[in-house]
Formats: sequence, structure tokens, C-alpha cells
Amino acid sequence: MADKKQFSQKFSHSKGGNFLNFFILVVVAVFMVIPFVFTVGNAFKPLDEQFLYPPSILPKVPTFQNFLSVSSLMRESWVPFSRYMFNSVFITVVGTFFHVIVSSLGAYAVAKFEFPGRKLFFELVVVSLLFNSAVTAIPNYLIMSKLGMIDTLWAIILPAIGSSLGFFLMKQFIEQMIPDAMIEAAQIDGAAGWTIFMKIVMPIVKPAWLTLIIFSFQNLWNTAGGSFIFNENLKTLPHAMSNIVAGGVARTGSAAAVALIMVIPPVVVFVLSQSNVIETMGSSGLKE
Amino acid sequence: MRKYSVWQEMKRKKACYLYILPFGLLFFTFTVLPVAISIILSFSNYNVFSMPDFIGFENYINLFFNDDIFLKSVLNTLTIAIVTGPFGYIASFLIAWMINNLGQKIQFLMVLLIYSPTISGNLYTIWAIIFSDDANGYLNSLLSYFGLIDTNIYWLTDKQYMMTVVIIVSLWMSMGAGFLSFVAGIKGVDRSQLEAGSIDGIRNRWQELWYIILPSMKPQMLFGAVMSINSAFACGAVSTAMCGMPSTDYAVHTVVNHLTDYGNTRFEMGYASAIATVLFLAMIFCKKAIQKLLSKVG
Repeated sequence: MADKKQFSQKFSHSKGGNFLNFFILVVVAVFMVIPFVFTVGNAFKPLDEQFLYPPSILPKVPTFQNFLSVSSLMRESWVPFSRYMFNSVFITVVGTFFHVIVSSLGAYAVAKFEFPGRKLFFELVVVSLLFNSAVTAIPNYLIMSKLGMIDTLWAIILPAIGSSLGFFLMKQFIEQMIPDAMIEAAQIDGAAGWTIFMKIVMPIVKPAWLTLIIFSFQNLWNTAGGSFIFNENLKTLPHAMSNIVAGGVARTGSAAAVALIMVIPPVVVFVLSQSNVIETMGSSGLKE
Repeated sequence: MRKYSVWQEMKRKKACYLYILPFGLLFFTFTVLPVAISIILSFSNYNVFSMPDFIGFENYINLFFNDDIFLKSVLNTLTIAIVTGPFGYIASFLIAWMINNLGQKIQFLMVLLIYSPTISGNLYTIWAIIFSDDANGYLNSLLSYFGLIDTNIYWLTDKQYMMTVVIIVSLWMSMGAGFLSFVAGIKGVDRSQLEAGSIDGIRNRWQELWYIILPSMKPQMLFGAVMSINSAFACGAVSTAMCGMPSTDYAVHTVVNHLTDYGNTRFEMGYASAIATVLFLAMIFCKKAIQKLLSKVG
């Protein structure tokens, strides 16, 4: 008995096509990982191999020297390395945590209740998806300085908490995953609004939390501080990394080591949450 | 009478406003307000230190008639946006579609590999070493090792190549949230519809794509388009990381670079705001155009 799936694919998908399909994807994937391969290679190359001619991708005598020299480089630096680390972890954890809570609260109200201004609010959110923070950076600087937040970590954390992409994804997901009847039933049972949100809505939208977490994590972990932070004590890991890179070619190995260390956390988070992310993105569509 | 009832309704639903309040406050302060401020300041002369004085359309007139570098940056942005926008958009859709034809486990790995540039954030700076002008640049040493070149090519400072390099790196980074949305959307296409299609005479995978998959994915396509517009028009970080700021002869100077130059370096906020406002309008126009186009697909 032929499986139904095989039946449909037998007729519409040729073997040659399947091969070509796979081949193209491999080529694309190779292009995508080139910088990673170089980074991993360089991170483990001893200094004398960094500038070998012809260049090799993988080290002949792998070494941890680069990772060790990162810590000694950092000890010499003006601000202790742990400071950069703390700043990055702090903005990432605090920003991501509140982004998930604050977006879920608002998205729940917009997705499930009728109230004046609801449509307009959501339309504003959708339009704002077009606007990259690079484009609003100038007026944002003015606002930050009026609020006295220049040179504080809040200048990075607060806008990230109010990021519209997360709100949008959460709203779409709640709208499609939670039937109105479920909320009505809970209301009839006498559950208060807050209890319904915490006990019924939040557990169901867990895949969406993970999606918001990965997007927010990616964004905050890779923030260098931009034009809002000038105090070296408040700079982040990406900034520390660019300092090492600026040290010249002799530091290629250490720069790669730091880059590798920085890339690991977001990759781990993504690997752990990928299937949930895909589930959430299924409801990301914009209808009009 | 009607006003009264809206007010009543708002009072009755005050819990809803409380739920939205925290997000709404941050969203208005850091997203809506900046756009409004940009539009207002774009009609003024403002250097942060003294009060803005309003000068009508002068900024816009200077922008379009007296600023050759702005026009050049528009041209560069359009070049990058047209290649990475539509091309990246279509490529990320096709790649998502091809991934869907693979087995479950390898799908997982492919999504990870292809999405990895977006996860890695700052890793794109490695491209600056790959394309580096001297013999330490990987590409140059590779090409000369195989005897294809005798002198190093100045990838990052020769006008002939700069744009190509920036486009390659931007394409590398173009598989973002839109790509994930496509992967999810294609997964969500009803299996029974595909089976029915093959009985109804769908002959190959292209017909399946056009007649079954595309029509059921329009919402994701529009979302993906919004994400593409967002990143295509905001290009600038890659130019700076690859070719410096300002780049040689402004060959890869983008509108966002121009905006940063006037806003952060020269403190001509009114002028910078006019640049931002032009960008907002271009993005909204572009989204409307794509929406129209998508209504004709499939």
C-alpha cells in the first residue's frame, strides 16, 4: 500500500528535480557558512599560521592560544572584560524578559477584545514594521537626551521592549491559537481577566514566547551601543570585539576567538527553539 | 450623543487599555514619536543647541536640487535595494520552498545554516577580511595562488568592485524573519490540497508552486515583503563596515549613511529629518506597490 504522501510526490516531483533541489540548497548553505568556517579556523590557528601563504581554512596545529590571549588582551584593556560581559548579558536578559511580558499583555488585548482605537493601534504597529531603527535613530537620540537616558543602558533596553515585530507576531499567534469560546467559557466560570491571561493564554502561546525570545535575544546581544552610549563602562561585547579587531591584523586570531564566543549563545537559543519559532511564524501572515 | 457612547465604551473596556499601556507607552515614545518628530523637524533648521526655526520646504529643495551626494546615495540605495530586496525576497521564498522538499531532519539543519547569518549579527565583518585589499585578504591570496591575478584587487576601495561586494554581503544577510515566515507558511499548506492537485493534473513542482502553494501563502508573502523593505531601505551598516565612512568617492554611500552623517556628525537635525522622511515615504509607497502586485500572484 502506497503512502498517500508518496503518491502525490511521485507524480509531481521528478527525481532529477529532487537532486537539483538538493544540490542548489547545498551551494546556498555553503555560501552562508563561509564566514563561520573562517572564524572557527582562525580562532584555533596559532599566530604563525594566520598569515600562511597560501591561506588554509583549517589550522594545521590547532591551539587555544587565541582564547587565552583574549583574556590577557582584556586584562590590559581600559575597562575590565567582565564589565562588557555584564552589560551585554544585562540588556539581553532584562530587555528580552520585559519584551515578552509587555508584548504578550498588549497583544492579548488587541487580539481578543473589541475596544475603541484597537484597529488604529494595530495598523500603526503594522506600518512601523517597515521602519528600521537605523531610520529613526536621529529623532530617537533627541528623545533619549530629553529623557536623560543618553549614557544609560535603558536607552537600549526600553526601545527593544517596545519593539513592534514581537508584538505583531504575538498578536497574530494569539488570534489564531486561542478560540474566543475558550475565553468566554473561563469568564462564565468566573475567572478574572488577569487569571485568564496567566493561566490560560500564556501557557498556550509558549511557542510564541520562544519566538519573541529568539528575535529579541539576537537583536540585543548584537547591540554595540550605537549613538546612545559613550561611557566605556556601559559598552557591550560587540563593542569590545570591534576594539580587538581595530588592534590590527596581528589580532586576527583573538578577534575570531571572541566572535566565536559571541555567536554561540544565540545559535544555541535558536537550535533549542527552532520548531516553536516555525510554528509561530506560520501565523505571521499579513492579511489585506 | 455618539461621542458619549464611545466614551462609555472606553470606560467599560478600561482593562484593555491597561493591558496595552506598557507596550503602547514604549511603542509611542520610541517608534511613533520619532517618526512624527522627523516629519516636523524636516521643515526646520535645527542644530540641537538652539530652538528650531521653521524654513518650509527648504531642506527638501536642497536635498533634491543642491545635494549631489544625496542623489548619489539614493542611486546607491536603490541599486542595493533593488538587488537585495526583490532578489533576496524571491530567493528566500524559493529556498524555503526547496527546503520543504527535504526530509525532516535535514530541513532542520538547512534552516539553521541558512538563517545563521541573521543569528550571528556582527559576524558579517568577517567579509571585510575575506575581501581585504592586501595580500592577507582571503580572496586576493586565493586568486593569486591559482595565478588568476598578479596584483591585489582593491575590492573595498576600487569603485569598480565596491558595490558588488556590498551587494554580496547584503544578500548573505537577507534571510531573516521573512525567510522563517516562508518556511512556516509552506509547511502549513494543506497536504490534502496538494494530493487533490496531483489528481487534478498538476504535472510538475512548478505548477504545484504556482497553483497551490503561492495562493495559500499570500499573507506570509506580504509579511516577508514588509521585512525585506525594512532591511533593503535601511542598508548602510554593511557599506560602513566594508568600505568605511565615507567610502571612496561615495561609491557605496547609502541614504542611511547620509542621514547618519548629517545627524550624528554635523548635527544638522532638520536636514537629517528631511532625509528620514523621504525614506519613510519611499518605504510606505513600496509596500503599497508590492501589495498591489501580490494581489495578482497565483
